[in-house]
Amino acid sequence: MPWLIVGTVPDPEFLAVAGPCAWDGEALAVAGRRLRPARGTPALLAAACLASAALDREPPQAVLAGDTGLGQGSRDAYSLLLGLLDSPCAWPGITFHYLQPDVDWHNRILARIDELDPRPLLVADAGYMYVAKMSGYAAAYDLFTPDLGELAFLADELAPHPFYTRGFLQHDNGGAPDLIARAWAGENAARCLLVKGEVDLVAAQGVVVDRIAEPVVEAMEPIGGTGDLLTGLATALLDAGLPAPEACGVAARANRLAGLLAQPTPAFSVADLLPFLPAALEQALAGRPSQGKPPSGEGH
Amino acid sequence: MGLLDRLLGRIRRGREGRAPARGAARGDRGILVFRHTSEVIRAEALLKEAGLAVRVMGPPPELRTGCDLVIEFPLVSGLSARQALARAGLEPLAIAPVGRGLLEPVSLFQVKDFGDHLMVRAANMKLTVDKRSRVIVNVSGGGCPDVPYLAECLVGQRLDQAPRPGEVGHTLCGYALQLAFEEMLRQCPG
Repeated sequence: MPWLIVGTVPDPEFLAVAGPCAWDGEALAVAGRRLRPARGTPALLAAACLASAALDREPPQAVLAGDTGLGQGSRDAYSLLLGLLDSPCAWPGITFHYLQPDVDWHNRILARIDELDPRPLLVADAGYMYVAKMSGYAAAYDLFTPDLGELAFLADELAPHPFYTRGFLQHDNGGAPDLIARAWAGENAARCLLVKGEVDLVAAQGVVVDRIAEPVVEAMEPIGGTGDLLTGLATALLDAGLPAPEACGVAARANRLAGLLAQPTPAFSVADLLPFLPAALEQALAGRPSQGKPPSGEGH
Repeated sequence: MGLLDRLLGRIRRGREGRAPARGAARGDRGILVFRHTSEVIRAEALLKEAGLAVRVMGPPPELRTGCDLVIEFPLVSGLSARQALARAGLEPLAIAPVGRGLLEPVSLFQVKDFGDHLMVRAANMKLTVDKRSRVIVNVSGGGCPDVPYLAECLVGQRLDQAPRPGEVGHTLCGYALQLAFEEMLRQCPG
């Protein structure tokens, strides 16, 4: 069974849907609805589809709803997911993305997931990472993908949102290992963290286990959605069976290599980077210690 | 028995009868503080009319400085709440997360020059502009679902023609983008 990705699209008219994803080289289709992968969850889904194809895996399934920030679409997506969780399901993992933080819905969904056997791996990014931390159940997750500012938020046991992170928690790469350790000690971090920054850091149980500093493509920082591509890549690599720290290391290298191949300016869209993902992923996989594609379905 | 006592009694009874939520705390709620009780009551009506799930509550000890009541609201809807109140000419004295005292919002800006482009970061949101044309070329960061929507509304627009993030956004991420937008106007005055 394929991986499940739950998120939103910035269209108030888009009603909640669940179904398989497909990428035709230009646009994404979810349950028959075409979406532009300009940013957000559609960009994550497109990256996961491309990477899944490169890894000989099934493309992901998705639960999506339209939400422009009022939260109704997110609640529709939560409700649809809860209904799916009540029927027999065997997703190897679930990635949660741009969703309105809502602790009650989060806790209901997590309680239901905890009853599944086998329990799927859980990845949270964007708004769902915020609510996972707010709920006090961050440690129930296998992977969070914060940037440095969001890492400071995870490390701040008092902050309910990155907007309220206290100033003494500095957002710089030098202090990141301490923030990772603090977030883990406070049970405000997932078991694995992929911290996006000038140097990408991979941490397992509060300890940095990998640093990805090359190649440097400065123009990637202002491009909205590069983090979505990274989470999509990590999702596909987890689905292919790589252990989370290794999946994160390969994903971070592939994301940087895609930037190197695309030679972007700060005015690029992530959609301009997508065509370069398969070659970048191949290069990143070739560079890992065991080299090459993971055997299909290894290690779940 | 005064209004405050009756409300607090109702709150206590409500809490006693409710099963404890799973998780450490309801960290997704905020409070709006006003000058007068009359403002609180007016604000409650306005916010409910705007579709927000709000409750009138007793203030935490650290806020009992003449503010008898506060309004509890979903913290991520802070911008929607401000907009609904602003339309009626009402401005809260303070906005704070529940049960945590007053936490200061992130107030530092980071500015990065890419040559032809300038990026401003406020809290978790980044806005990038072409310095010559003043066209917004990218919006990044954030995690609330209005971020992709704001990006769609803003990217490709000139700074002086773009909608204000504070007017089309609804969440704390939208509010942070508004701060970045204001700082960008200072950096690129045109």
